[in-house]
Amino acid sequence: MDMAQNGTSVSIQDLSLNFGAVSVLKTLNLDVAQGEFVVLLGPSGCGKSTLLNCVAGLLDISEGRIFIKGKNVTWEEPKDRGIGMVFQSYALYPQMTVEKNLSFGLRVAGLPRDEIVKRIARAAEILQIEPLLQRKPSALSGGQRQRVAIGRALVRDVDVFLFDEPLSNLDAKLRSELRVEIKLLHRKLQNTMIYVTHDQIEAMTLADRIAVMKGGVIQQLDAPQTIYNRPVNRFVAGFLGSPAMNFVEGRLEKHGDGWSFVAEDLKIPLGTYQFDGQPEAGPAVFGIRPEHVSLNSGTGWPFSTSANVEVVEPMGSDTLVWLKLAQQKFSVRVTSERTPQNDEAVTLGFDPMRASLFDAETGGRI
Amino acid sequence: MTAAQITAIQPVQDAQDQTGVAPFGPKPRHVSPGRIGIYVFLVIAALFFLIPVYIMIVTSLKGMPEIRLGHLFSLPAEPTFQPWADAWLHACTGRDCNGLSPGFYNSLKITVPSVIISIICASINGYALTFWPYKGANLLFGLLVFGAFVPYQVVIYPLIIGLSSVGLFATLPGIIIVHTIFGMPILTLLFRNFYAALPVELFKAARVDGAGFWRIFFSIMLPMSVPITVVAIILQVTGIWNDFLFGIVFAGRSNWPMTVQLNNIVNTTTGVREYNVNMAATILTAAVPLIIYFVSGRWFVRGIAAGAVKG
Amino acid sequence: MQRSWRRRFHLPAVIGTIPMILVAVGVFVIGIGFSVLWSFTSSKLFPTYDFVGLAQYRRLWADSRWLVSVNNIWFFGLMSISCNMVFGYLLAVFMDQRIRQEDLFRSIFLYPFAMSLIVTGLVWQWVLDPNLGLQAAMRNLGWSSFSFAPLVDANTAIYALVVAGIWQGSGVTMAILLAGLRGVDEEIWKAARVDGIPTWRTHLSIVAPMMKGAFATAFVLQCVGVVRVYDLVIAMTGGGPGIATSMPAVYVIQLITVRQNVGQGMAAATMMLLPVLVVLAFSGLVLWRRNRRQEARV
Repeated sequence: MDMAQNGTSVSIQDLSLNFGAVSVLKTLNLDVAQGEFVVLLGPSGCGKSTLLNCVAGLLDISEGRIFIKGKNVTWEEPKDRGIGMVFQSYALYPQMTVEKNLSFGLRVAGLPRDEIVKRIARAAEILQIEPLLQRKPSALSGGQRQRVAIGRALVRDVDVFLFDEPLSNLDAKLRSELRVEIKLLHRKLQNTMIYVTHDQIEAMTLADRIAVMKGGVIQQLDAPQTIYNRPVNRFVAGFLGSPAMNFVEGRLEKHGDGWSFVAEDLKIPLGTYQFDGQPEAGPAVFGIRPEHVSLNSGTGWPFSTSANVEVVEPMGSDTLVWLKLAQQKFSVRVTSERTPQNDEAVTLGFDPMRASLFDAETGGRI
Repeated sequence: MTAAQITAIQPVQDAQDQTGVAPFGPKPRHVSPGRIGIYVFLVIAALFFLIPVYIMIVTSLKGMPEIRLGHLFSLPAEPTFQPWADAWLHACTGRDCNGLSPGFYNSLKITVPSVIISIICASINGYALTFWPYKGANLLFGLLVFGAFVPYQVVIYPLIIGLSSVGLFATLPGIIIVHTIFGMPILTLLFRNFYAALPVELFKAARVDGAGFWRIFFSIMLPMSVPITVVAIILQVTGIWNDFLFGIVFAGRSNWPMTVQLNNIVNTTTGVREYNVNMAATILTAAVPLIIYFVSGRWFVRGIAAGAVKG
Repeated sequence: MQRSWRRRFHLPAVIGTIPMILVAVGVFVIGIGFSVLWSFTSSKLFPTYDFVGLAQYRRLWADSRWLVSVNNIWFFGLMSISCNMVFGYLLAVFMDQRIRQEDLFRSIFLYPFAMSLIVTGLVWQWVLDPNLGLQAAMRNLGWSSFSFAPLVDANTAIYALVVAGIWQGSGVTMAILLAGLRGVDEEIWKAARVDGIPTWRTHLSIVAPMMKGAFATAFVLQCVGVVRVYDLVIAMTGGGPGIATSMPAVYVIQLITVRQNVGQGMAAATMMLLPVLVVLAFSGLVLWRRNRRQEARV
């Protein structure tokens, strides 16, 4: 991909937003490359939609600057920023046909008629909504409405697309279908896209980079795999992944010249673990994803121990096995064929290289 | 080259500076002419709504000589509450000079029972229509809603004849019945819509528990009906207190409500018009619904909206 | 199955709704039936059953007082409803611009609605009284040729009624339309801003059509009020000067009480009912067809 050479498409610099005394966004910085797909991910109230609205110019910011395509748009009206936006509720104009919905903004802007026709034809073709052009939104299904909403951004012929939870109003099946379509659309158009969601699957599948947000701050901005494998703090680790990462609370201790994680009678040697900095002894949280733990697969692991199965949850393609490690809940993901029985004694093994260690107090990665 | 490098100048706080400073922070807000226009319009509109009542209040506090000077808008030079006392106790309607107070008590005697009875009827109606619709119940409801739109004049005379035939015409019970009748359409609609919005599972669960029509009504529905009842009370109290037509036709001379008394006091042209007394009387008549309005605030608006919504 | 037990004939439900049955059938069907019946008789002070065909209607439509009343109600209705709608809509739109002191303005615009129409009528009677009100005040301020006394002129008295009607009712229109405005999805506004549509254009082309329900509600409310307008006329003009501001509602009551001509009064009342019936039948038809179309789609 050639996005790297094309430079920055959207640049957010030291952006803050306060509603009265409440600080919603705190000195945010984010550079989005040309053609990049960035997903803003976080729980509700984390400020991700607010940030998107600031980029769109729908909210006045308190401090900082926003550049789009090298132009300072901090004070520009939304229509002059070169953005198109897709909303969660679709926000189609209900009494206008699909064609009018697509053309209304262009007509108000005074574009020549044949140019409008051309753009609508192109958008309709890309989104395959040609047969719907004369219908009203009320006569469309949810998926069709969302396609039209994307079309309204498309006809604006802009470089930056903003998506505000566009799939949240759809049922699970449609959601996964449209997810693929949005991905295809991005490959076809090569536009910059900023996409807000609380759905980690959407984030993982769509994003070039994910920005995980909490409390108006970007916690981590990285490629999906990096975020998944090396979360920078306990919040990110727990927010991504389903089933969620196992956390075991205990202590980090130095034994001889090697470090270990100790919780009750459990002692995990951390010889293969890559520390972020210089570790210190003290309370810590050990995290490992259920699929990185292996069940009854011999003793070749850097660490292995035994436990009793408490509950088995078959999930179709695989099975989640719940047991206790150091008196704390712990889950292991195994393929369906290797499902153990309730109360069965099993051995589990994993490589601490795949684990994450967090400071018990700050939650930061160690 | 990134955008940040293009405009490498550090953001300067002085946004007024025109010398190529990059926009930073909130867009400077100018007080736009449009916004001034909006406030000017709203203030003028507010004056339109307030001036008549301002005139009434200041005039009611002036003596007649001062009123004859013609300074309509000026504050009273020597404020006096005599007109208010006169309006309450001595203002004349024809030969009787007892002031408005008998009308006030009549209005009270009419309003309180009318409100209670009409709300009881309407809540039962709404409940039965929602959860126990029998054959023809919806037709009845349709007729009732139709009644909400009918001009009163079509129904008044048959009601006069009907009430006279049972000896209730021009009596207190008579006017209470009339208010109950004409309050029923809108109130029933109100309660029906309220109950229809409740989860039907609630009703089903009570049925499974073996409760019957009245049991479910009193134990489950009624306790949940407080908000809609408040709206209904506001709607009915103001409506009935403000009524003039039914009062003058159905209440009978001895039960005339405050509005009828007021109109008689003001519009009987015998002798000198005592504007100050008349205006004091008008304010007194408007006081009860106005107090309800200002105390209930948003509930009042909700009552109007609810009353206005059709089924 | 479920239908059958819910539809069953429940005695307590019937007993509980006896008042409703009496009112719906006894008053709104039988009562109105009698009114219409008496309009075909020569009833004077008391109802008789001496049928005279359409004679009462012929006399009614030959009565200049009735003709003036009908003209007045049309004029008053069109004027006050259209002014009310426009004024109420403007107020609502301006109130929706994140106004400071919104609650205060709302209270001011709405309080006249809490007062009796009798009070409204009297208030405006005084404001417009040539010897007491605006005219006197302006002349007192030195503008001696100022002339503004609509109530004493048969040609202008009805405008005074319209002004009083607006004063009393436009606050409600504002409240209903404001609720409608606030009910519009906020993302519609955002989408329109991204599309670069000017605010006024968004209001007219997108948001106002979305408020159909609120407009209809406000409109119906005012229509009902106009047909019933009685108290306001009585308090403000008494139907005068002369018969200049007589209205059908006033006319009917006068025929029943003062002029003791029940037959003709009932003919007039029936004429009042007629447009209401037509409108109700029409809206019923529209609703019915819309329901059928929706069912067809599902």
